[in-house]
Amino acid sequence: MIYTPSILATILFSIIVVTVLGLSIYFARQSSSSKGYFAAGGTIPWGVNGIAFAGDYLSAASFLGICGMIAVAGYDGFLYSIGYLAGWIVALFVIAEPLKRLGKFTFADALDARFNYPAIRLIAGISTLVVSIFYLIPQMVGAGALVTPLLGFPHWVGVVFVGGIVIFIVATAGMKATTYVQFIKGTLLIVFSLVLVISILNKGLSTTPSDSYHEFAVLTAEAVDGRIVSIDQPGYTVVGETEAGGRQFVKLENGGVERWWLIQDSSEGLQLTETLTVTATDDGRTLYNGQPKEAEAFYPVGHMSKLIVNGEEVDATGPIGPFKYIETIEESEVVRFIGTIFAFEGDSVSLWYQEPTAGSEVMRPGLKFKVDEGSTPLSKINFVSLMVALFFGTSALPHVLIRYYTVPSPKDARKSTILAIAAIGFFYILTMYIGFGAMVNGVIDVQSDNMSAPLLAKAFGVFLFAVISAVAFATVLGTVSGLIVASSGAVAHDMMKSLFRRRKISDETRVIIGKVSAVTVGVIAILLGIVFKGMNVSFLVGWAFSIAASANFPAIIMLLFWKKTTAKGIVASVLVGMTSALGIILISPSMLVKYGMDPANALIGLDNPAIISIPLSFLALFIVSLMTQKK
Amino acid sequence: MEHGPAVEYEEHQDISDYKTKIGIRFFAIYSIVFAGFVLINTFAPQLMKVKVILGLNLAVTYGFGLILAAIIMGLAYNAACTKKEREYEQKAKNPAGSGNAPEGGRK
Repeated sequence: MIYTPSILATILFSIIVVTVLGLSIYFARQSSSSKGYFAAGGTIPWGVNGIAFAGDYLSAASFLGICGMIAVAGYDGFLYSIGYLAGWIVALFVIAEPLKRLGKFTFADALDARFNYPAIRLIAGISTLVVSIFYLIPQMVGAGALVTPLLGFPHWVGVVFVGGIVIFIVATAGMKATTYVQFIKGTLLIVFSLVLVISILNKGLSTTPSDSYHEFAVLTAEAVDGRIVSIDQPGYTVVGETEAGGRQFVKLENGGVERWWLIQDSSEGLQLTETLTVTATDDGRTLYNGQPKEAEAFYPVGHMSKLIVNGEEVDATGPIGPFKYIETIEESEVVRFIGTIFAFEGDSVSLWYQEPTAGSEVMRPGLKFKVDEGSTPLSKINFVSLMVALFFGTSALPHVLIRYYTVPSPKDARKSTILAIAAIGFFYILTMYIGFGAMVNGVIDVQSDNMSAPLLAKAFGVFLFAVISAVAFATVLGTVSGLIVASSGAVAHDMMKSLFRRRKISDETRVIIGKVSAVTVGVIAILLGIVFKGMNVSFLVGWAFSIAASANFPAIIMLLFWKKTTAKGIVASVLVGMTSALGIILISPSMLVKYGMDPANALIGLDNPAIISIPLSFLALFIVSLMTQKK
Repeated sequence: MEHGPAVEYEEHQDISDYKTKIGIRFFAIYSIVFAGFVLINTFAPQLMKVKVILGLNLAVTYGFGLILAAIIMGLAYNAACTKKEREYEQKAKNPAGSGNAPEGGRK
């Protein structure tokens, strides 16, 4: 989409950045020891820790990714919310307190508490690094997506900018600064998301999202022998026709501009409806709806084609209650924009056409996840696999696990987890309204649904847009900081302890190694954030959950509840879980697309590996433990 | 340099066992409800269209219900754990007159 930077947004964004950097400098003095740097000295009050948990967990995936996915695929996006939240139940009821009792700074401490076996620390450290890096990718992609409309910079500048700030936070101050950044960000995110939802409900629903919303034209055409030969409006000339994604499109020239139209049969004959296109021409230009970027002819989209209230068709509802809002969308009809890609005479065309969809279809599963029409056993397994990963992955995420060590006691770990569940659950209910609000308020950027929530805020004024964008940016900062602390802890505390167990490493040296690790992981995250531009951030986070659920969860749960678990069993479990999840992801259909290959050629055909890799990890632990019992 | 936990704390083994026991029970209940949700979504997605309450369909009601259930069960779990912890704190303060005062807190 074409964005104009906002001065107010830039000012608020700058305030957030300065505050965060100020906090880091302030707390830098308190983090010279390992305890201070990696676990904030274990002194964080449970109330602060609970909201920091929420601030840590409600990442770009939750705010940008879920809202964006609901905006384009309806209820299916909300399934991520439910999966992410349900995972906290595992954390609270099974993991939180036992892990706190066993551990010190990292989850490798807990795994190794009974054994003192160096290989456990090494493999757990590697697993933490892998999961963290996979979790960092979507955060950086989200950062890039945010900075473009906020400051007018290209995607990669946003990624480098966020990476730079976070590296500064973590390398200077460690866990205490990270905790307070997450606490502030978590509070702001929930408060301003609530303000946004109140604005959405106060505006209500309308078939005209705004006065400036583009009115999509419809033409009538005549065809002979299946080819368009004439248009009912003067000035249009047929340039070409093509088929893509099971639909027919015609290219028309009018006033020197060539644009693509969707061909549809109707009772009144052939109808041509306007589409959106981004064309990379064979001479290196990029055209938006057939024109250069400066013409500003590329529009935000998403509207209702029929609005039904109590069985009657209306144009607008006025202010509306939260339940009535959902019920009304369900009884009405919304227009979604479906993307397809094709080549035409040397040009590469990305096209989005209108798809009127019954509200009852967008308010139930099936538009993104193939569980209903067009589903296959494999597509259903893929969905179940994702939900399994989300359910078991949360409690195994390194940046969640380390937060159990920042509070004084298991009781505090429990209380902060419950507060986190309440805050996160409330926020996820809000995502339903933000996502559907974006779907029907003409704010979706078809090129990247990640910006749906901030752009929805823009529909309610520049101030709310500026605040929401700044908060979203803080969201990325908070989560990335947590992940980088977890990664640096894994290297400095776990891997170093394993690799150099005979050498004495001083506390100060350990902190220095942690800081160098933070910088290194930050740089890797920046590079990957640039490579994965444009992918939905929630989808990418699903991978991190799959790896965490496969590598870490079986080891934690068996250590806590199966007395025959051995050190070698744990090593085998983490290794098998991590490598099998990673392997399936690397050969998944989505990755084949990234490699420029046909996704139909994928060996396994699953995008979500958890349903295979979690059982494999349990099996490895079970077999190896039985084989290595002490006689 | 070797180091211990970030903060030292004590907890009696009986309390830990009690919390683990009820934690697993709560987890089992929630897992069944969550599994039901996933199974309906996967194998009977049309069922999710059915109107249930306040004009909301099963998909939205079940989804919101899972979120609310997580919060309510979390609070119930905390209440149960806190009650048990207080009982032991009381016993620890007043060992006389208590037939089964806790012995030897665990670090």
